[in-house]
Amino acid sequence: MLYFTRWKALGIILTALIVCLCAVPNFFPEAQVKTWPAWAQRRLVLGLDLQGGSYLLLEVDSAYVKKERLDQIRDDVRRTLRDAKIGFTGGVTVRNDAVEVRITKETDAQVALAKLRELSQPLGGLMGSSGQRDLEVADASGGVIRLSIPQAAMLDRMRKTIEQSIQIVERRVNELGTVEPVIQRQGNDRILVQVPGLQDPTRLKELLGKTAKMEFRMVDTSVPPDQAQAGRLPPESELLMSASPPPTPYVVKKQVLVAGGDLTDAQASFDQRTGEPVVSFKFNTSGARKFSQATQENVGLPFAIVLDNKVISAPVIREPITGGQGQISGNFTVQSANDLAILLRAGALPAPLTVVEERTVGPGLGQDSIEKGELAAYVGSILVIVFMLLTYRLFGVFANIAVAINVAMIFGLLSLLNATLTLPGIAGIVLTVGIAVDSNVLIYERIREELRGGRNAISAIDAGFKRALATILDSNITTFIAAAVLFYIGTGPVRGFAVTLGIGIITTVFTAFTLTRLIVAWWVRWKRPQSVPI
Amino acid sequence: MIHTVLIGLGVLIAILTVVAALGLLPSLRIVPDDTHFDFTRFRRISFPISAALSIVAITLFFTHGLNLGIDFKGGTLLEVKARSGTADIAAMRTTLDALGLGEVQLQQFGGPENVLIRVAEQPGGDAAQQAALQKLRGALGDSVDIQRTEVLGPRVAGELLAYGMLGLMLAIVAILIYLWFRFEWQFALGAMIANVHDIVLTIGFMSISQVDFDLTSIAALLTILGYSLNDTVVIYDRIREMLRRYKKMPMPQLLNESINSTLSRSIITHFTVTLALLALLLFGGHAIHSFTAVMMFGVVLVGTYTSIFIAAPILIYLGVGEHREDAPDTATPAKKSKA
Repeated sequence: MLYFTRWKALGIILTALIVCLCAVPNFFPEAQVKTWPAWAQRRLVLGLDLQGGSYLLLEVDSAYVKKERLDQIRDDVRRTLRDAKIGFTGGVTVRNDAVEVRITKETDAQVALAKLRELSQPLGGLMGSSGQRDLEVADASGGVIRLSIPQAAMLDRMRKTIEQSIQIVERRVNELGTVEPVIQRQGNDRILVQVPGLQDPTRLKELLGKTAKMEFRMVDTSVPPDQAQAGRLPPESELLMSASPPPTPYVVKKQVLVAGGDLTDAQASFDQRTGEPVVSFKFNTSGARKFSQATQENVGLPFAIVLDNKVISAPVIREPITGGQGQISGNFTVQSANDLAILLRAGALPAPLTVVEERTVGPGLGQDSIEKGELAAYVGSILVIVFMLLTYRLFGVFANIAVAINVAMIFGLLSLLNATLTLPGIAGIVLTVGIAVDSNVLIYERIREELRGGRNAISAIDAGFKRALATILDSNITTFIAAAVLFYIGTGPVRGFAVTLGIGIITTVFTAFTLTRLIVAWWVRWKRPQSVPI
Repeated sequence: MIHTVLIGLGVLIAILTVVAALGLLPSLRIVPDDTHFDFTRFRRISFPISAALSIVAITLFFTHGLNLGIDFKGGTLLEVKARSGTADIAAMRTTLDALGLGEVQLQQFGGPENVLIRVAEQPGGDAAQQAALQKLRGALGDSVDIQRTEVLGPRVAGELLAYGMLGLMLAIVAILIYLWFRFEWQFALGAMIANVHDIVLTIGFMSISQVDFDLTSIAALLTILGYSLNDTVVIYDRIREMLRRYKKMPMPQLLNESINSTLSRSIITHFTVTLALLALLLFGGHAIHSFTAVMMFGVVLVGTYTSIFIAAPILIYLGVGEHREDAPDTATPAKKSKA
């Protein structure tokens, strides 16, 4: 136990040294570290609870996604049956998460079924090998055909929706000009957004809370809004309210002239005549063509700019707009014009997002937490160090050297993993200091016991290490299991605690098995002790 | 001021280190070397006490309940700091009560300027919680700095609670399986009973003290679990070693020997952990106050007691070394020291 080959000793010291050195970048300002080579840039990341910032958990509305899909299927069914000239009664209805249609003539039923089966596509496109399809077409009794979405297809759709949403969310968050935001998928239907340094996420939530579905549609001038409100609404039109107060009704045609997807750019600017904030936009080629055609056909008539089913403005087309450019005015402030430009540039979300969890910490509180955590860490370490010195004297010095290297290695490993340090994480380190000396205590007490048992100094030390190390391993693995579970279930600060606790256990076991032993071995070789001052 | 003290203590440590290295310090022993307490006989008292305490804890859990924090209950929490230096809680209460958000709890902490505002979960799902936050922010206006906000919708809170409980169970089972591999099943079962005992008593403590039960409490519980087991495993390791070495020593004596020979280690280690926790409790700030308080109770009070008075003696009831009591004892502790 006390014999180390030169190479082994060197290996141990080098390992410890390298791991400790990994902590070095934390002591330099971030700007300076950025100029270093990439492998040297790894450093601790402060958790949101320490550096301040916002944490939002957004949920994609899965009911909306399902409804959208069902509506789309209903339209497809209607079109398919009309194209095939198959009569149906009672319309195509969406009921119980499925689309149902009753075929009028029983003789048509088989043809209809075959036609509708063509709507069903293999999942994952042509390359899909799962054999599953995105639509299940079944013959319910009595001439009724039922089209439903299989579970796998729905999951696939949700996955795609989440992926698209994350892209849009990323673009929108980046527009805020924040530093290093984190945007991740969580579970089947959630997106995690972490923005360091953002104290009040109200504006961020406003940006993320809009789907930003932008449409250019014609205003239906055949019916005045008040009559439409009274119920005389043409079937091809709908009643929409204005976006800005007071809520004013507009009768708008359902047909979309140009959609937001055809926009290539949007910028907030000022109107040259009135000086009020406006949003100017550019269409892509196909959008420009559609818009120019629509404006040529409708000179003198008002059209509506609709965002998320609210009318932003309804200007009258004075002349055909052929350049593929335009501007939107609509009682904007500088801020709201800016926000709309951001939303239009980033694109529409495929489904609405709701905030299901929100946590923010101000920078002042974070700084306060860092200071308190540091103080507690210093005081805790000092108390433990003094106590170890008083209890074990020279061996206390050994233990303290081991613990100091242990803590340095914890920071080294945390930096290497780019781990997040949180306030409970700091508590985990302090607790590790308390627990780390336990391995030394176990060894020392065992040595004392062996000495009492009548062994000579060197044999007692040897036996003490041998017997204690097995116990150290066993007892630390149990705590490590707890830390691993905590890492798995925890989020944010709690996960930070699990990380430091787990890493602390690894370094503790390492130092107990190697460094403490090496130090004592050196001392034994140097002193050739007849008794152990323990 | 604090930095001067820290530097002073650093110098003290340096001096102590040199003195200790030179071997000039007197040895401080908290526990005498050769203790012979009859811990095992104490089981006739400790088991009923633990049973009674566990029943009290469970009763408290069902009658008193836990003070579920926002993580598990949902709702809105705001931590604000008055710009004027002193928060006028009465005025704040009047303003916030008028918002019609149901019961608004206001609580001062840390200093006269800090107030914690809690609003229960609003009916109407996730959007309603967001609306409540918006109202609160509006009503508080510029008179305060908002230091921290937490808003949790009902579903997320429910999921977190379920997840936390699941994690706790998972940890217990994982540790049980590990112990089963490393020891015999009686040891695993004994450790598990001790475990559950720790958790039950700690939950009882949380119920009495009404500290917030949230995600960090689960973290505290899991740490207590790991730590208390750490202690139990040290004693079990020794028991196993003794079982192999002394084939005929009667069980109660063997357990006593094992506990006594690991006693100084148990107490020294608990002392160092207590020192670390004490530092966190006194200087770590309110954010981790309940976390450390729970840990202090669980690790220091319950954990130590459990390993010595429950985990070890329970092995007798679980049938470890049953045949031993019939055999006449030939091994004595004196013989052990020559081994």
